[in-house]
Formats: sequence, structure tokens, C-alpha cells
Amino acid sequence: MTALLFSIRNVSVSYGKIEAVRDVSLDIPAGTIVTVVGANGAGKSTLLNAAMGVLAPAAGQFLLDGRPLADTSVEDRVAAGLSLVPERRELFATMPVEDNLRLGAYRRPRGRSATQGLEEVYALFPRLKERRRQAAGTLSGGERQMLAMGRALMACPRLLMLDEPSLGLAPRVVKDILRLIAELRATGVAILLVEQNARAALQVADWGVVMETGSATLAGPAAELAGDPRVIESYLGLKDVEPV
Amino acid sequence: MDTTIALFLAQDGVINGAIYALLGLSLVLVFTVTRVIFVPQGEFVAYGALTLAALERGETPGTAWLALALGAVACLQTLALVPAARKGWALVRLLAFDLGLPAAVAALAELTAPLHLGQAARVGLTLAIIAPLGPFLYRIVFRPLARASVLVLLIASVGVHLGLVGLGLVFFGAEGSRSTPLSAANLTLGPLTVTGQSLWILGVTGLLMGALGLFFGRTLTGKALRATAVNRLGARLVGIPAERAGWLAFGMAATIGAVSGILSAPVTTTFYDTGFITGLKGFVAAIIADLVSYPGVAVAAIAVGLVESFASFWASSFKEVIVFTTIIPVLLWRSVRSPHAEDEE
Repeated sequence: MTALLFSIRNVSVSYGKIEAVRDVSLDIPAGTIVTVVGANGAGKSTLLNAAMGVLAPAAGQFLLDGRPLADTSVEDRVAAGLSLVPERRELFATMPVEDNLRLGAYRRPRGRSATQGLEEVYALFPRLKERRRQAAGTLSGGERQMLAMGRALMACPRLLMLDEPSLGLAPRVVKDILRLIAELRATGVAILLVEQNARAALQVADWGVVMETGSATLAGPAAELAGDPRVIESYLGLKDVEPV
Repeated sequence: MDTTIALFLAQDGVINGAIYALLGLSLVLVFTVTRVIFVPQGEFVAYGALTLAALERGETPGTAWLALALGAVACLQTLALVPAARKGWALVRLLAFDLGLPAAVAALAELTAPLHLGQAARVGLTLAIIAPLGPFLYRIVFRPLARASVLVLLIASVGVHLGLVGLGLVFFGAEGSRSTPLSAANLTLGPLTVTGQSLWILGVTGLLMGALGLFFGRTLTGKALRATAVNRLGARLVGIPAERAGWLAFGMAATIGAVSGILSAPVTTTFYDTGFITGLKGFVAAIIADLVSYPGVAVAAIAVGLVESFASFWASSFKEVIVFTTIIPVLLWRSVRSPHAEDEE
């Protein structure tokens, strides 16, 4: 077992009186892919936003390298190695692709050149290089997801959090994105993947958690979860799992 | 109206338009980065003009003490709210910027004002006094309201405006002031006489706009400010600190306001409350440009200047009415074009 990178300890998050996440715990060892699957509205995105510091948890804490993050701002979490690719991408729509990427390097660690990072991102996503002078708002859905991921990678994250990367994308593009997620793990980045598309997510992940109405109800190695009858019935349907 | 008068009015309109353009640019900058409709922008202009005039008379302007007082408040506030600012280099930086800088500037003003140094020294001192007011006001008033609605921010902004106008009366009295022109030269082009000051205004405005264009188009900091304006959440997620973007925008607005004041001080008599009407005209230009487009603001501001100067010839008592009425067709057209109220954020 590799070193523990990030932990979620008994976290609850509320919007006013509504508890969106209730007492969720989860460990992410370095260099692994952990996925949180569940239906729309189960609290998955809320959990990611709280981990990034965009929302404050009502209870519980997040730990990076064993240190609690309670008083750490979003900016400082970026500098510490957390990156979130939000569900709505949140790109700088009127600015060119390359400026979006360069801004992703705003809190890049000292001594890691942004130009080199740009080359690495272009190597991962050749499409972005073709479109580097185009405004981000003119990209297709798949390209936007690539740009959002590329921008997050420019910060040299140690934990990349992806919120519904397959949302609204064609199946072929989803396959590309999943292949990339697997490639990223090989470079040592840990990934926390939140997905409604449980079948796809459990194929690439090492560990899986199922969330239902705010609580984590099932957890286990991704391959086991994919074979669990309760998961198959609720989230995978009866179709055979297609290979990626 | 003959050609000479028309040319004279056009010149006047373009010159005033240039000043409104600077104001409009600051308003757009502050609004897009922080969502604050910055009503007191005009006060920076009046403060700039009156501070320069006070220095010219050999007095220490009250604004120097205001900067020191606001610096002290901002410093205490940061010490109380941000534990990380209480130790090490962060503390040194905080004390140097919030107390050291305004204290040094105020001391310099106190010492050099009676000496009647040259115009360049006075202009530099005026900028050094007014520019920090922007970041201080942002940190004291608007930073704690960062999550508030646009309406709450607007109310706070009106409050700051009223406060600054009142202080302006205390510092400078009810008398208007003019300062000596930056250049006494006159240029005759056929029927048109162009004053040296007009050329200064156009030149400096053009230069500032060019510099802003380079800053926003070429530098990472400028792009980070634009990014904050385009997508606030996206900017936070790449680690651009909203607070830094905010005080930078306010600092630039205060600086641009002080520059406008210095430029217009020799042309128009400035009173403690002149800033509001001047600022409103910049606001009209900013609204015409939809509060987003910088080149749009510049063009709209020149148009506002021209409307004002020709209106003052044909119907001088309705001059302001005519200028402010131009906003109505723009708003009507905009509401027809987009029938839905825009979401906040």
C-alpha cells in the first residue's frame, strides 16, 4: 500500500437546513484512482466542492498528507497540490485556449516551467494545440472537458478531482477521457473521480464508493463493486460491461 | 454655428470625453473584477485635482492624512482577521504597505509642500497620496462583503461616496480650485487653437489606454484580472486570489482617477463635490458599453463628451439633462434585445 495522500473524515456539508453530504469518510492513497458513483443529487459534487474549499463543511475534516485543511483557502489548496475540474468546467470563455492553460499554471510550484507544462498538456491533448488561439467558448463539449483537465494539470496537482467528466459527451469522447485518466495515474497523480456513469468509472478506478442521498452506502475495490448485485441493479443496469 | 465654433466644441468634447473614458474604464475594471459599481470613482478625480492644487498652494492636503488613517484601519483589520498576517515577512509587508508607505508620503508632503518644488514633484506626490486609497478602501469596505449581492455592494459604494464627499469638504473647503497647466504652450492649426494641456490630456489618456491594453493582453497578472472578470469560480480554482485581484483593480482605479484629476485640474475648476457628476458621465459611457468592453467605453465616452459640449452650446441649461438622457435609448434597446433579467453572478 502506498502512502496516504488525501483523507475525507466524517464530512457533512449542508445548504442551509438541507444536509447534502452526511458523515462521509474516504481515503485516497497516492497514485490511485478512487471513484464516487451515485445518482444525480446524491451529494457527490458537494463533496468535491467542500474538498476544494469552495464550500465549508458543517462537520468533519479533509486531510492532505495528514494535515487538516480547515483554514486553507482555495488558492492555497491549489498551491498545496489539489486541483478540481468542476462539472460546469468554469473556463475563461472569452480568452484563448492557451491563456486558459497558462492561467492554470498561476500557482504552479516554483521551478517547474509553465512552458514545459504547456508542452506536456499539448502532448496529452493534441486537439488543444490545434486550437490554442481559439476562444475557449468556441470549443466543442469534449474539447472543453480536455481544456478544463489541461488547465487543472497545469498546476501540477498531486490530487486531481474530476466532477462528472463524461457529462454531455459522446461515448467515443468519454472513452478518450477515461483512457487519459488511466494514463494520468501512471504519471503518479492521484485521482478522485465523481461520476454518474458508474460503469465507465468503475472500469478505470482502483477503489469505489457508492453515494446515496448524501451518505456513502457501499465501498470496496472497484472490480468488486462492479460485480456487486446491488450496484449492478441500481447503477449499471443489466447490460454486460463493455470493455474500454 | 460656424466651423470655428464647431471645431472648438468638438475639441472640448473630445478632451472631456478622454477624461470620461478613463473614468469609464476604471468603473468597468472594478465592476468586472469585484462586482462593485464604484460610485466614488469620481471622488478620486476630485481628490486628485484638489490635492494637486493644495500642494501648489504650499499646503499639506488632508488626503495625505486620510491615506494614513485608512492604512491604519486596514492594517488593524487584517491583523484581527488574518492570523497568518501576524508573523514573519507577512507582518513586515503589511506594516510597510499599510503604515510605512502612507506615513512616508504624508511626511514627504508635509516637508516639501512649503518648498514649492516643481510641478513634476507635486504630480508624483499627488499620485502617491491618492493611489493607495483604492486598495485601502477595498480592504476595509468591500473585502468583507465579497460574498454579498451586487445591490449590497452598491449600497456600500454609495456610503463610501457620501463619506468621501464629506471628507472632501473638510479637507478642501467649499471653494473651487484650479492648478497651473502642465504646459502653457498653444498650438494653432488653421482656425483651431489647441492648448498644451489638451495635448497632455489626449496624450496621457492614449498612453494609459495603450498601457492597459498591454497589461491585460500580455502579462500574466493582467490576464488573471481578466480571468477573474470572466469566470470568478474558474479563477479561484486555478488559484488566483480574489482578494489580490480586488485590491489591484481598486488600486488601478484610484491611480487612473488621480491621473484624470491631475489632467483636468487646470482645465476645469474642481470643487469637493465635482467628482460625482464627472463620475456619472463616465458611468454613462460604461453603461453604454454594457460594463464589459474597454474599447466600447472609450468610444462611448468620446461620444458623451461631444454630446455634452454641443449641448452646452445649444441649450446650456439642459446640458446635464441631455447627457444623462442619452442613456435611456441605450437601456431601452438593451431591454428589448434581452428580455430576461440577467442572473447575478
